[in-house]
Amino acid sequence: MKHNFVSFVKKETLHILRDKRTMLVVMLIPVVLMILFGFAISTEVNNVNVAVVTSKRTDSVRDAVERLAQNEYFTFKGYISQDEIDPYLRSGKSSAVVVFAPDYDRRSAQAAAGMPTKPIIQLIVDASNVNTAGSATAYLQNILLGSASQQAMFETRMLFNPQMKSAYNFVPGIMGLIFILVCAMMTSVSIVREKEVGTMEVLLVSPVRPVKIIFAKMIPYFAISCIVLVTILLLARYLLGVPMTGGVWGIFSLSLLYLMLSLSLGLLVSTIATTQVAALLISAMVMMMPILMLSGMLFPIENLPKFFQVVSNIVPARWYIDAVRKMMIQGQPLVAVWKNGVILLGMTMVILGVSLKKFNDKLE
Amino acid sequence: MAAIEVDNLSKSYGRTKALDCVSFLVEKGELLGLIGPDGAGKTTLFRLLTTLLNPDSGTAKVDGYDIAKDYKAIRSCVGYMPGRFSLYPDLSVEENLQFFAALFDVTIEESYDLIAPIYKQIEPFRTRRAGKLSGGMKQKLALSCALIHRPSVLFLDEPTTGVDAVSRSEFWDMLSELKARGITILVSTPYMDEASRCNRIALCNEGRILGIDTPEGIVQNFDKTLYSIRAKSMFALLNQARKVEGVVDCYPFGENHHLVVDESFNLGQFKAQLGEVKDLEIVRIEPTIEDVFIKLMKR
Repeated sequence: MKHNFVSFVKKETLHILRDKRTMLVVMLIPVVLMILFGFAISTEVNNVNVAVVTSKRTDSVRDAVERLAQNEYFTFKGYISQDEIDPYLRSGKSSAVVVFAPDYDRRSAQAAAGMPTKPIIQLIVDASNVNTAGSATAYLQNILLGSASQQAMFETRMLFNPQMKSAYNFVPGIMGLIFILVCAMMTSVSIVREKEVGTMEVLLVSPVRPVKIIFAKMIPYFAISCIVLVTILLLARYLLGVPMTGGVWGIFSLSLLYLMLSLSLGLLVSTIATTQVAALLISAMVMMMPILMLSGMLFPIENLPKFFQVVSNIVPARWYIDAVRKMMIQGQPLVAVWKNGVILLGMTMVILGVSLKKFNDKLE
Repeated sequence: MAAIEVDNLSKSYGRTKALDCVSFLVEKGELLGLIGPDGAGKTTLFRLLTTLLNPDSGTAKVDGYDIAKDYKAIRSCVGYMPGRFSLYPDLSVEENLQFFAALFDVTIEESYDLIAPIYKQIEPFRTRRAGKLSGGMKQKLALSCALIHRPSVLFLDEPTTGVDAVSRSEFWDMLSELKARGITILVSTPYMDEASRCNRIALCNEGRILGIDTPEGIVQNFDKTLYSIRAKSMFALLNQARKVEGVVDCYPFGENHHLVVDESFNLGQFKAQLGEVKDLEIVRIEPTIEDVFIKLMKR
């Protein structure tokens, strides 16, 4: 019977290879998404033009401006007068203006000497793009309060991703999304296609248990997903410069578990849907939307209404994305995310169990 | 033991009765044709016998195995060709055949002698994608695939629908050959003219079997006299003829009307009563299976 399992896998591989367009889409989507989210759609601070207003260019002011000018994310546009602030921001010549109070020098000297005074800086920021403005403000504060004594006022510290690079955040999210897309959607559509075309009828009237055929179907999709996984990891590391200090193997093995889960989800969808369109819609609506909205991919889970925070617990992608973030960005080892691993494994078992039970070897 | 035993089999989809207490027997090595229009319940019967559906009531046995209890055993000993083309259009002819061989854990070589008469005709196109074959060739490939594991019973659901006349005739020749090898064949068709190629035929309509007999027996069952009539105005002829005494039925049949009459019918009187209908031609004919079918349907 081993021989016929190999034939089934071969047949399934032929289906995929012959459908070149789908194949191309599957291989390209991850690359496009990575580039899109990595570069184009970003909330990170990049080339922010900053002008400075000060009455006296004292040493401490110069020092602060120097730090600003040195920073690769800000471009220092020069000193301007008080009256120029508005036209500068309106014309877009600069998106942020830093105003040093006239007594900035005195106060910082006093602060440095340990006296209870605070130097005052005003930040005027063009907030027409809220996200960029927010990040720029936070980052500007960080830079301007560079010396130790002044940090006493602001205890803000960005760990792991001090530049708030959005790519770091999006890569785990994209991974959570893409594997559902490739594994769950493609397998469910391919199983349902057999039902729709009528070949399922012939397959059922044979001595082979349908489950065997289904597993044979999953293998090539699993292989494709592994290729996609490697592509994403390579792009993340070398194109977007995601650190991955936690070890690639940890991310890889957790991802394999997530692939299994996605395949099981695909199988579950195929037991419900009877047409390819239905399978596609179920995959898109029931699986993609929660991943986008409730997994922490786009919005932090803590910001969701209480009800959705609870719902998000049953979204597998949430646990996966969370774990990958920890491993990729915080550099934690696989052991540190064992809880997520156990939850994902449990979900896989349940989904697989339910779908195998539901899978019918009759037509009704 | 009969190859197929069907006993009071019923199946409904919601409120629609697809199959209503159907019973019949098919002997080993017999070719039984199920003849009836769309919606007669032929496909449902096939799906029940190939264990794809569970019956609502009644029992059936295929090759001695019960369709409900021993469905797994049935699945390995029958060959099934569904009504729609059910092969993989993106795989080549040879790949399809290889896949079905693997499905039944056999090799093409083992069954080559059985499928050769059919497969040889499409073998020159073995690297062509199945989806690009003509209708007749698709059916030959599907039949080859259904035969790959040397089934004892073959279920063919409308194998000749959508196939040209020459290929249809060839297909029936192949079935005769398979029958000669002892394979029991249950085949359905909406074409009445194919009935004469079967050992016995079952006329089905609306989930019931109206009659089951040899093609000759079915025709002999027609106990009335039949005429073929035509005239200049066919519509007026139909209306007038139906009013004449002794006429049991009159219905359009191709270019003519068929006139079913009983003993009280008198030809001279008939001509006289038609009156204004011009150029009447009337010929006495032997009934066809279709005439029997129409008669049974109206009962």
